[in-house]
Amino acid sequence: MNSKIKATAIKFGNNIDTDVILPGKYLILVDPNELAKHALESLDTEFTQKSKKGVILVGGKNFGCGSSREQAPLALKYSGVKCVIAESFARIFFRNAINIGLPVIECKGISSAVETGDELAVDFEAGKIENVSNAKKFQVDKLPPFILEILADGGLIENLRRRMNKK
Amino acid sequence: MNITEKILAKASGKKAVHPGEIVDANVDMVMVHDLTGPLAVEAFKKIGIQKVWDNKKVVVILDHQVPAESVKAAELHKTMRQFAKDQNLRIYDVGKGGICHQVMPEKGHVTPGTVIVGADSHTCTYGAFGAFATGIGSTEAAAVFATGKIWLKVPSAIKVNVKGSFQKFVTPKDLILSVIGKMGVDGAIYKSAEFTGPTIKSMCMAGRMTMCNMAVEMGTKNGIIEPDETTRKFLEGRVKSLPNFEALKSDKDTVYERTVEFDVSKMEPQVACPSSVDNVKPVSEVGNVPIEQAFIGSCTNGRIEDLRLAAEVLKGKRVKDGVRALVIPASQEVYRQALNEGLLEIFTDAGAIVCGSACGPCLGGHIGLLAAGEACVSTSNRNFIGRMGSTQASVYLASPATVAASAVTGKLTDPTTLETKA
Repeated sequence: MNSKIKATAIKFGNNIDTDVILPGKYLILVDPNELAKHALESLDTEFTQKSKKGVILVGGKNFGCGSSREQAPLALKYSGVKCVIAESFARIFFRNAINIGLPVIECKGISSAVETGDELAVDFEAGKIENVSNAKKFQVDKLPPFILEILADGGLIENLRRRMNKK
Repeated sequence: MNITEKILAKASGKKAVHPGEIVDANVDMVMVHDLTGPLAVEAFKKIGIQKVWDNKKVVVILDHQVPAESVKAAELHKTMRQFAKDQNLRIYDVGKGGICHQVMPEKGHVTPGTVIVGADSHTCTYGAFGAFATGIGSTEAAAVFATGKIWLKVPSAIKVNVKGSFQKFVTPKDLILSVIGKMGVDGAIYKSAEFTGPTIKSMCMAGRMTMCNMAVEMGTKNGIIEPDETTRKFLEGRVKSLPNFEALKSDKDTVYERTVEFDVSKMEPQVACPSSVDNVKPVSEVGNVPIEQAFIGSCTNGRIEDLRLAAEVLKGKRVKDGVRALVIPASQEVYRQALNEGLLEIFTDAGAIVCGSACGPCLGGHIGLLAAGEACVSTSNRNFIGRMGSTQASVYLASPATVAASAVTGKLTDPTTLETKA
């Protein structure tokens, strides 16, 4: 997976929970493309239309709080979200996103530096975020090497397959 | 070290660990249910190995869409049954188990001092038994199936110290709602919440499970309570052998990130108002809030102690016209006990519907959903927008006593203000 991403931002607020990202009634769906149709629908009925072209989701504090449902980051990824940047993340969502190959970056101050529609350039390996629309730049702590390896492989399963085949 | 650090050190073969350190821990038990299991099975098959690392350490429990309300749900159950059969795993099927977080300790899969991961965020419930227990996703569970290990960042710990005795009809649910109200839904992200103090020591296992169950709602990695005689009494006969509890105490000189003190002596019944679990206030301060549904159950408050409390309030009374009350015992074992104790008779005579042991209305995907404009007061653990059905409905979280009292009056009611029959 390319660690450099460029896309338009869609911004949300604090505490975006997993019930709002992907409601419980859709958890019986198994096809990620079906899940994607319902991503964030109770916050924005047009989200999947807007995200189709490929977007970067920007969130406030505690993004992804609530359930362990992996269907939440899956729905976002398959609806076109290339990466999620937030002030802070709920821990299960953070791990799930990495495990399915959806880059997540914690960046304090990102909420006030980005508006929906801004063009963002992200290099998650280097920990660099740039808001091209207003020239604001951020340098964040790099993710540990083994997590970057999982993302580079496209997810935990792909990473595990590669490591187990090596042996 | 504190108890969490001791467990993680042992599980990763280290003499000591410190907060922030990343360890590779051996997993003692991994659990999946019918909504998280199928994705885990799919991911496991992609890894390309034939068998799980240890089939005695994997548990499958059907509880969320139980019984299957749709063909899709039936297909998910079929997938899990087949996987359990192929891998020779323990599976708790419809009618043979109940809600996963009740079944796991009931059936002896929770041992103090062990590392338990589950593909469900309320896996933290088993911290009540002095285990390190935390929620993970489906793909993560598949990796555990394959390797028997999981990487974990050692959390820094917050001590929640509680003293005082509960007044009548004030419960551990009211206490944990107070804690979350004070800390905030993001107040303990990635932390370990260690519950201590005389109130916790004198709490029964059901109350401790309620406390640890909701620890995740303030962002914690795990909630935990040191095991003691109360723990031993519950687990004896359920678990093959118990470890030495002396090794599972936090050292006296343990340094915590912070300590938060609570005194329950004057605590009133609490309610978490829409639409955030930290939107907590005393029931006496919410004003006139009519409700259409009352739900007693879930992994938070579906135990025999919770049902007894609800029955005490409902005995000889009727659920108000216009309100539907659902009572769901957390497991077949609880259901049978409630039947034996005459509780189901009390609920039925009151006009409540008693449903099969499963998650029910809790996550808005099975039964007992809400229409637009409706309000439910519930003993469950989340009240986000759309949680129980319509995005235009409201969910209030409270204790079994508060929910039962509200079912009688048709509006949010402090149970201490309702007259009950002896």
